[in-house]
Amino acid sequence: MFSRISFSNWILAFIAFSVLAFLYLPIIVVVLYSFNPDTVNSFPMNGFSLKWYQVMFENEALIASLGHSVAVALISTSIATLLGVPLAFAMNRYAFPGKRLLERVVLLPLILPGILTGIAMLTFFQMLGIPQSMLAVVIGHSTFLMAIMMPQVYAQLKRLDSSIQEAALDLGASGIQAFFYVIFPNIRTAIFGAALLSFTLSLDEIPVTYFLNGVFSTLPIQIWGMTRNGITPQVNAISTLIFAFSLTAILISAWLGRKGE
Amino acid sequence: MRQGNRQGRSRFVLLGILAPAVIWLVLFLILPYFNLFSFSFWQNDVFTVRHEFNLLNYAKFFTESQTGAAPYLVLLDTLKLACWVTVCTLLLSFPLAYFIRFKVTRYKQALYMLVIIPLWVSYIMRAYSWKIILGTNGILNSFLLWLGIVDTPVSFFLYSDVSVIIGMTHIYTPFVLMPVYTALEQIPQNLIEASNDLGGNRLRTFLHVVFPLALPGIITGGTYAFVLSMGDFLAPSLLGGPTSSTKIANIVQQQFGTSNNWPYGAAIGIVILVLVLGLLEVTGRLERHFSKLESTSPRTLR
Repeated sequence: MFSRISFSNWILAFIAFSVLAFLYLPIIVVVLYSFNPDTVNSFPMNGFSLKWYQVMFENEALIASLGHSVAVALISTSIATLLGVPLAFAMNRYAFPGKRLLERVVLLPLILPGILTGIAMLTFFQMLGIPQSMLAVVIGHSTFLMAIMMPQVYAQLKRLDSSIQEAALDLGASGIQAFFYVIFPNIRTAIFGAALLSFTLSLDEIPVTYFLNGVFSTLPIQIWGMTRNGITPQVNAISTLIFAFSLTAILISAWLGRKGE
Repeated sequence: MRQGNRQGRSRFVLLGILAPAVIWLVLFLILPYFNLFSFSFWQNDVFTVRHEFNLLNYAKFFTESQTGAAPYLVLLDTLKLACWVTVCTLLLSFPLAYFIRFKVTRYKQALYMLVIIPLWVSYIMRAYSWKIILGTNGILNSFLLWLGIVDTPVSFFLYSDVSVIIGMTHIYTPFVLMPVYTALEQIPQNLIEASNDLGGNRLRTFLHVVFPLALPGIITGGTYAFVLSMGDFLAPSLLGGPTSSTKIANIVQQQFGTSNNWPYGAAIGIVILVLVLGLLEVTGRLERHFSKLESTSPRTLR
């Protein structure tokens, strides 16, 4: 595994694996203790039980918030895709005034701390008459997810040889036909990868959601509320399930990435 | 003539493709940011907001004392925290990235993947996990009791500035690791071999070749860590104690919650925004400066 084994390399290896341990220890702790029967998370564990998974599934508010989150993530990812893909296409195909500015503005919600985007949307949405609700959350999520979708698809389009579209047009395809039969199959993987990442990010988002949700509770907001009123091992259980989902998502996207190369 | 027709049509098509996204972004992103800016100059009334230009919110920010400390002191405290998190994340990321880049030959991809997986782990899970590890009845304490190192639980692990720094370092390290690794990955192997052939020992090769070429990545990663930890209000409120739980973003949060003074919250938000944009401008310049060095690196090697 190591190219050259020497004392300094062993020290470096030790530091590297300690950092990895630091990154994984908390995740491992949460997963392990989701199977701990006790109410208090203490060492050593007191056996193995699925008790907290049962308690979690009987927690109606938590399950409802999971439903809310999945709905928001699905709708927002769809909107971000429907708006972001044409935007990336236009940016790649045409030159127009303000293009560079637009490219930077789209990225703002990713660059700026989420709280700023959250309060900016809250104050303006109120003026527009959009109440704190699922609608506001969906608009907020769709907007920042465009910052994921647009650059990923744009990058993939740039890699694509523009002559294939011209060839399609010369051979008599309409613009729409050229897009769906020639361009789309080539950016499909990028879109799917970005959508998967968007979905996961939406499911996890707190700072923007916090200012827009009102009484509409998403999963991370609900969990946050639960962790603030003391510690309940249900949170370990739900976190473990979300982790399993995220892990599946990252493996799928890595596999897609390899396939796309 | 056909050409002209085609061009006219393509302009029409462009408008059709662009319009929905642009209208959406103007309405739900650009106008909200501008609105926040004008909000910061308005005043809070009992039930409404008075639209009247003045600088009172900004004056208040630098004078008023709230929960003991003036908000600008909280800002300074937050900047200090962000510096700590930046330093810690860089100190953790660099050796790991360096190890994967230069010392690992087999399983390189798998190891890199292992490093970025925590990025996909839910934020709330990562923040909360430190609460159950560091708490008074938590895992670290019961482990120390079990080992017999302490005989009563230690209470100062959690709810302090240290626990906030530990939590944030854990949350933001993967964000720093990626750009640092990418920068190291792009260093051509033959440059390092050349340095070794020319008699540079390993330390000199590191200081004069590897480190300068990794600087753009270090700057990018450090900027991520700084900006993200500066705007975080969740980790302080989960892991911080009576005083350490109030960072600048928490004061903004309060203005839009219990204190209910939106214009004042907007003003503090604008202060953060200006700081972040200024920082991004500076680090962006630095990054370009060091990337330029990279393209002329054969000369600087001499």
